[in-house]
Amino acid sequence: MFRKFLCLSVLFSALLLTFSTPTFASGDEEDKTSFIMHHIKDSYEWHFTTLGHTHVTLPLPVILYSSDRGLEFFMSSDFQDHETHRFGEAHGQGVYYIDAHEHLHRADGGSFVDLSITKNVAMLFLVVIVMGFLVISASSHYKKNGVKAPKGVASFLEPIVIFVRDEIAYKSIGPKYKKFVPYLLTLFFFIWIGNLMGLLPGAANLTGNIAVTATLAVLTFIIVNVNGNKEYWKHVFMTPGVPVPLLLVIVPVEIIGLFTKPFALMVRLFVAITAGHIVILAFIALVFIFESYAIGVVSTLMVTFLNVIELLVATIQAYVFTLFTAMYIGGAVAEHEHH
Amino acid sequence: MDLIIPSSGLIFWQLIGFLALLFILVKFAWKPILSALEERETSIENALKAAEQAKAEMANLKAENEKLLQEARIERDNILKTANDAAAKMIEDAKQAAATEGAKMIESAKGVIENEKKAALTEVKNQVAQLTLEVTEKLLRKNLATDAAQKALVDDMVKDINLN
Repeated sequence: MFRKFLCLSVLFSALLLTFSTPTFASGDEEDKTSFIMHHIKDSYEWHFTTLGHTHVTLPLPVILYSSDRGLEFFMSSDFQDHETHRFGEAHGQGVYYIDAHEHLHRADGGSFVDLSITKNVAMLFLVVIVMGFLVISASSHYKKNGVKAPKGVASFLEPIVIFVRDEIAYKSIGPKYKKFVPYLLTLFFFIWIGNLMGLLPGAANLTGNIAVTATLAVLTFIIVNVNGNKEYWKHVFMTPGVPVPLLLVIVPVEIIGLFTKPFALMVRLFVAITAGHIVILAFIALVFIFESYAIGVVSTLMVTFLNVIELLVATIQAYVFTLFTAMYIGGAVAEHEHH
Repeated sequence: MDLIIPSSGLIFWQLIGFLALLFILVKFAWKPILSALEERETSIENALKAAEQAKAEMANLKAENEKLLQEARIERDNILKTANDAAAKMIEDAKQAAATEGAKMIESAKGVIENEKKAALTEVKNQVAQLTLEVTEKLLRKNLATDAAQKALVDDMVKDINLN
């Protein structure tokens, strides 16, 4: 076990060396850790690595809409210096430019909508494609073979599907669970695959982006409240068994509670994944800060260990998000016999 | 780009991407998978139930067979017992009849023997009486052949009368 772990560490450190060292070998203290936040945040271009002075990047489309200028398409490379790959006001296109902190501005101060395919959007498409391929190829087995025992991808997917259906959906929602299983499955697999793919070197931090977690939380919020039955709303606005004067306090609390639930979902996933990435990258950054072989060995071991932990976290967070969604749905559709 | 302020573009694409994924997967993947799983579960359950039923039926059949066998055994035993009883009774009856017949025969034989014996005794008695009479006649004739003897007898008789 320990030998395997060491081998893994060595392999991983070799990978890190090829990818990262030239990027951060030179520069001031700020530069040595700035890559952490750069990785965590979204970006208009997909930067993989820098070898010497060559930036290996994938330019991504910048799509902008404004009522006066209409829909406009650019490439992220249009907005940056071709040598340094830095964004700046000097490389504006029309009225738009991207500043050094990767904020898109409009020079004349007009309003616009930014629909760019950023790094995270590209990652999102990748996750959607991988997941769609995985699940559809598994489903084709069932179409071909009917009720026969699963094989290949289907046998990998099936226990997870059954787990989500029986352990998450049925246990949390109760007898009306069937309607919600497809949503919960999609949610679980999207978050899980997103988390796992986010751990790959060079990948984007998709599920650790607050826009992504917020969207998922809002979808859950909508599904929970659209399916809320009479009991659920009665519990919110006329909490049973509470004296009338107290309702003045309880009802606002209940209403706030409607929103804190998805808010907690949003923050939990965002924080868990982002923090994991930051910790791993911080250990990598130690190598460039101390520039010592001893630290290199230690932090490589730590990074390998943390990566293994992150595999666990990726699964746990997908499970937790799905489980809480199922529990909120369960609370909204439950029939209470006694009150 | 900011860390904690959600960007509109990503929200837009996330919504589209996720909803498209949801729609496609629900239609083409999750429903077939879930219905196949359910179908398999019900078929397994049915198969198990059928097996259980077959087992129960088998046990039933076996019990019935056993019962039939048991009944047949009892029947056989009964028949054997009746036959034995009948045979024993017949032998008993035959013995009884033989004994009775024998007794009767002995009885009648005894009667005949008695009769014969009586007849024989009567014959013997008659014979003896005849003989006695003859002997007595002969003796009397001899004793009273002379007058003196006759006179002596009469005297003797008279003497007896006087005494009385």
